[in-house]
Amino acid sequence: MLTDTPARVLVTKVGLDGHDRGSRIVAAYLRDAGMEVIYTSPWQQIPAVVNLALQEDVEVIGISSLATDHLLLPKLMDALGAAGLDHIRVVVGGIIPDEDERMLLDAGVSRVFHPGATREDIVEAFATLALEARSAAE
Amino acid sequence: MSKPMQLPLPGFEQSRARWRQTFETQTVDAEPLRNRSGIELKPLYTPADWDSDRYMDDLGFPGEAPMTRGIYASMHRGRPWSQRQLIGLGTPEDYNRRLKRILASGANAVSLIPCNSVYRGFDADQVDPVLLGTCGAVVNTVDDMETCFAEVDLAALSTAMNDPLPFTLLAFVLAVAERRGIPWTQITGTSNQSDYISHFVANHMFFRLSLPGSRRVLLDHIKFCNERVPNWNPLSVVGQHMQQAGATPAEAMAFTLCSAIQYAEDCLEAGLEATRFLPRFTFFFDISMSFFEEIAKFRAGRRIWGRIVRERFGIRDSRAMRFKFHAQTSGVDLTRQQPLNNIARVANQATAGILGGLQSLHTDAYDEVLSVPTEAAARIAVNTQNILREEAGLGDVIDPLGGSYYVESLTSRMEQQIEALMDAIDAAGGMYQAVSSGMVQRMIGDSAFAFQDRVENGHQVVVGVNKYQREDGPGERSPLERPDPALMQRQLEKLHRFKAERNDAAVRTALDGLAETAAHDQGNLFEAVVNAAGAGVTHGEICACLRRELGDGQPLILP
Repeated sequence: MLTDTPARVLVTKVGLDGHDRGSRIVAAYLRDAGMEVIYTSPWQQIPAVVNLALQEDVEVIGISSLATDHLLLPKLMDALGAAGLDHIRVVVGGIIPDEDERMLLDAGVSRVFHPGATREDIVEAFATLALEARSAAE
Repeated sequence: MSKPMQLPLPGFEQSRARWRQTFETQTVDAEPLRNRSGIELKPLYTPADWDSDRYMDDLGFPGEAPMTRGIYASMHRGRPWSQRQLIGLGTPEDYNRRLKRILASGANAVSLIPCNSVYRGFDADQVDPVLLGTCGAVVNTVDDMETCFAEVDLAALSTAMNDPLPFTLLAFVLAVAERRGIPWTQITGTSNQSDYISHFVANHMFFRLSLPGSRRVLLDHIKFCNERVPNWNPLSVVGQHMQQAGATPAEAMAFTLCSAIQYAEDCLEAGLEATRFLPRFTFFFDISMSFFEEIAKFRAGRRIWGRIVRERFGIRDSRAMRFKFHAQTSGVDLTRQQPLNNIARVANQATAGILGGLQSLHTDAYDEVLSVPTEAAARIAVNTQNILREEAGLGDVIDPLGGSYYVESLTSRMEQQIEALMDAIDAAGGMYQAVSSGMVQRMIGDSAFAFQDRVENGHQVVVGVNKYQREDGPGERSPLERPDPALMQRQLEKLHRFKAERNDAAVRTALDGLAETAAHDQGNLFEAVVNAAGAGVTHGEICACLRRELGDGQPLILP
């Protein structure tokens, strides 16, 4: 699935909630699949996420949200755009009500994962989106 | 563990051999079954596994050592467990409306869940407004608390305050009580997020001071409450966070007991009286889908805690030995797929908790996995408890599974495993050390990965997720309930008005007093928080001051 260069991904949480069981498991899945994973503790600010994505040259950002923090994501998408990082793909996973999923996709989020998503689907989505991001950056 | 039977039962050995032979010809799966804590489960339990000769050693009578059967002589016959649902959403006015509806339906045990911004130590004007009130009520000042409990008799309530350190919500309640002329001795309830160790371990959403700073604030809080708010439980030791983060039931119980030992030792070192603080210790646990394992976990925990109080702390007072606990059905076990199935899951979990002898119960709404629960789903959760109590009669007989060969054997096996884990923590220098070093976090992470692997490979069945799937989506449900942005804007304006109209000199004096107390390591920090709350200092200001003086707590990064 991947080319020779492994996908570079950032797994993080923004906002006010710290439940990190999901983000830790997803980070481990992606690392096991051979990707370069940058992982942060919860409670990141949006500018910090954008900076980290820029410095680490990531292709996909995975955001875990269990307690409505995904409502901040339109602001993350704007900030990525403003920093010239339009090519970066953003994936969200966690407790995301259907009403909000539509809002997130409209804001430019590439994929939304819900509880019960499988390792296979998650890894494949990150890999595909990393390739997309790579060609968009060229 | 089992000791051999005292009396050979006539025919027992021959019948057992015959059964085993037949059993083995009829079962193909040679893989041993294990529960979530890794304990192997036999297909059948007999007097060879638990002998009623052990009755007085293992069980005794409820309300006295070894406490296995329950912490009160009368248990649910004397007083049903408290139905304590989590409530909190939106503004203080929203909370007050919902609280009054719950009280009108006959409840006297309530809870207050603040907004995540409050958990993180911020006022409403310090965070992105889009997040305000989405997961709890925005309460920043004594006036907000006044609104929360408007037209409600504070002295007639028992409130579970989701109030992590520095316990500003309780400080606001005490200030409101003072305004209303209610003596603090009449304020009852629990600071049920006071266990800072569990927050460090499980990362949840809480305001984090440095570990040493947290240690001091909690100690001063316990001291202050024991003396000035004697009917308040200042500490609830929380296993729920750890189990939700991935700890097995045995690990969650072991770590919780180790935290309780740590807190008790800290109190003793500070010169507090064990007979005074121990009876005010309470506990809070998760109830997973692993039915018998959960029942055994609670029975074993009760027995171990009683023994710790007697043997480690040398206290014979049965009030101090009481392992009082609140429990919540496990959110992690709920599924987004076919969400109505969650109603069955919650009923199963609640049953395990009740048979395990809990004192207070929160049942999750089936839609918790989709969003913050809607009111319609919350009603079903409450009625699940009513059905279990009044239709199924689960409270009619004390410890109804006591004497079951399986449950007694499993209780003893869980007890051994919990104690082995506790020995490992003791060997690492106690819970405070084991958390500072990341040892506990690592163990919980490993268990979370192992469980996820079992779900992925199908060994752990999750109906609708890895078995019995259906193609359709989550199905019909009530619309999302979100706070009204206009009301939230008004709440922000109220906060600004509050700050503009308060007595600045009094605020400055109280804040200086708080900083002074923190910086010089003398005086009671929680008393300084209470003074500040009464003087009009906001939640965010109190937290910022303590962050400055006592240092921020950083999460360990353990992907």
